[in-house]
Amino acid sequence: MLRNFCRHHRQFAQVIWPFSLSQGQHVSSSPTHQQKANYGSAITERKKFYESVSISQGEGGLFEINLDKRKLKTPGGTLFTVPNEALAIAVATEWDAQKDTLKFYTMHLTTLCNTALDNPTQRTKDQMISAALKFLETDTICYRVDEPPGLVELQKNEWDPVMNWIEQRYKVVIGSSSCIMGPQIPEETKETFHQHLNSYNFWSLTGLEYVITQLKSLVLSFGLIDKHLSVEQAVLLSRLEEEYQIQHWGNVEWAHDYDMYELRARTAAGALFVHLSSESTAVKKKLLRD
Amino acid sequence: AAVTSPLRACRGILKEIRFMKGSGYRHTHVYKYVLDQFRRNQVTGAQYCRERMDALHTACTYQCLLTSTRVHLHLHELYHARGERDPEQMAGLVGLRLPTQPGGKGWET
Repeated sequence: MLRNFCRHHRQFAQVIWPFSLSQGQHVSSSPTHQQKANYGSAITERKKFYESVSISQGEGGLFEINLDKRKLKTPGGTLFTVPNEALAIAVATEWDAQKDTLKFYTMHLTTLCNTALDNPTQRTKDQMISAALKFLETDTICYRVDEPPGLVELQKNEWDPVMNWIEQRYKVVIGSSSCIMGPQIPEETKETFHQHLNSYNFWSLTGLEYVITQLKSLVLSFGLIDKHLSVEQAVLLSRLEEEYQIQHWGNVEWAHDYDMYELRARTAAGALFVHLSSESTAVKKKLLRD
Repeated sequence: AAVTSPLRACRGILKEIRFMKGSGYRHTHVYKYVLDQFRRNQVTGAQYCRERMDALHTACTYQCLLTSTRVHLHLHELYHARGERDPEQMAGLVGLRLPTQPGGKGWET
């Protein structure tokens, strides 16, 4: 049944592509143009003030983004630096993709980097880990319904495999419940996850926290970060009940699709951020000696 | 579990870049980087110290990011960015038409 959902959404994606931005700019009709100007405030949209975006490697091996000749800075005023090239290129692409106005709500990776660099709420690693563990108690996957039977069946078929996977991989017990109190998470489970989360660095934890907040589930976030699920699958599982209702009552593009694509974009950005911040690659070339 | 093959993922990303940039897409950093990464990982697709298809998963994630931001922006521009529209335009947006009544509505003079 999950495959039907994927096909359903793929059909919609096919419809949107012919109208994509390759046609050029949108031409707004004159009576609404006035109103459009009022909706772009100084905080959400700014005019594009640069032509080209490039990256450069600065001191300490950190990469910086250059907009036309000026270096990019975070909202807090510090120099925008990223630890690896892949993330720098991805952020540069986000800035490069802007046309005419800068739409900050589409630049998810930049936002994540800014949060990690500035740390405006002064979070420490411990705070983030305990917040994540607290979330486990209200994890989406653990909350099952009793009726309607179609949804019960769907939850059993789709969420149980993920639950089994995480219980096996981390050797923990989580369980699910259908009462309002939620599942009882044993202390050993929390300890195991605490140790695992402690192995991530600060940047990765920022990204992970973001993903957990978006998906409303620690289990699904781990599934995504451990590359067991793809972004589309994780988002689908997170929105399982909504998808069930959409199948029943029909899809509303300007609400359902809008939310889904926004969730996908944010989750993908978070996952990519975690992956790029938590691993480093080194290529060793073997020399053939005669 | 990888959902697509490496070829599809690579093509997907490059298509997105083309949508984003238009004609000069081959000269962007990201294009060169992506192709470089795919070429490098050709031989070492499955490594023992990492999850299977590790790089492929990252590639699929990036493609999902590019596609979703583009589609989300498109939907935003289409539905939510225009302020208030009059009822006929709004109905037309979802494919409906307003009903007409012979003799006009009671309160219209």
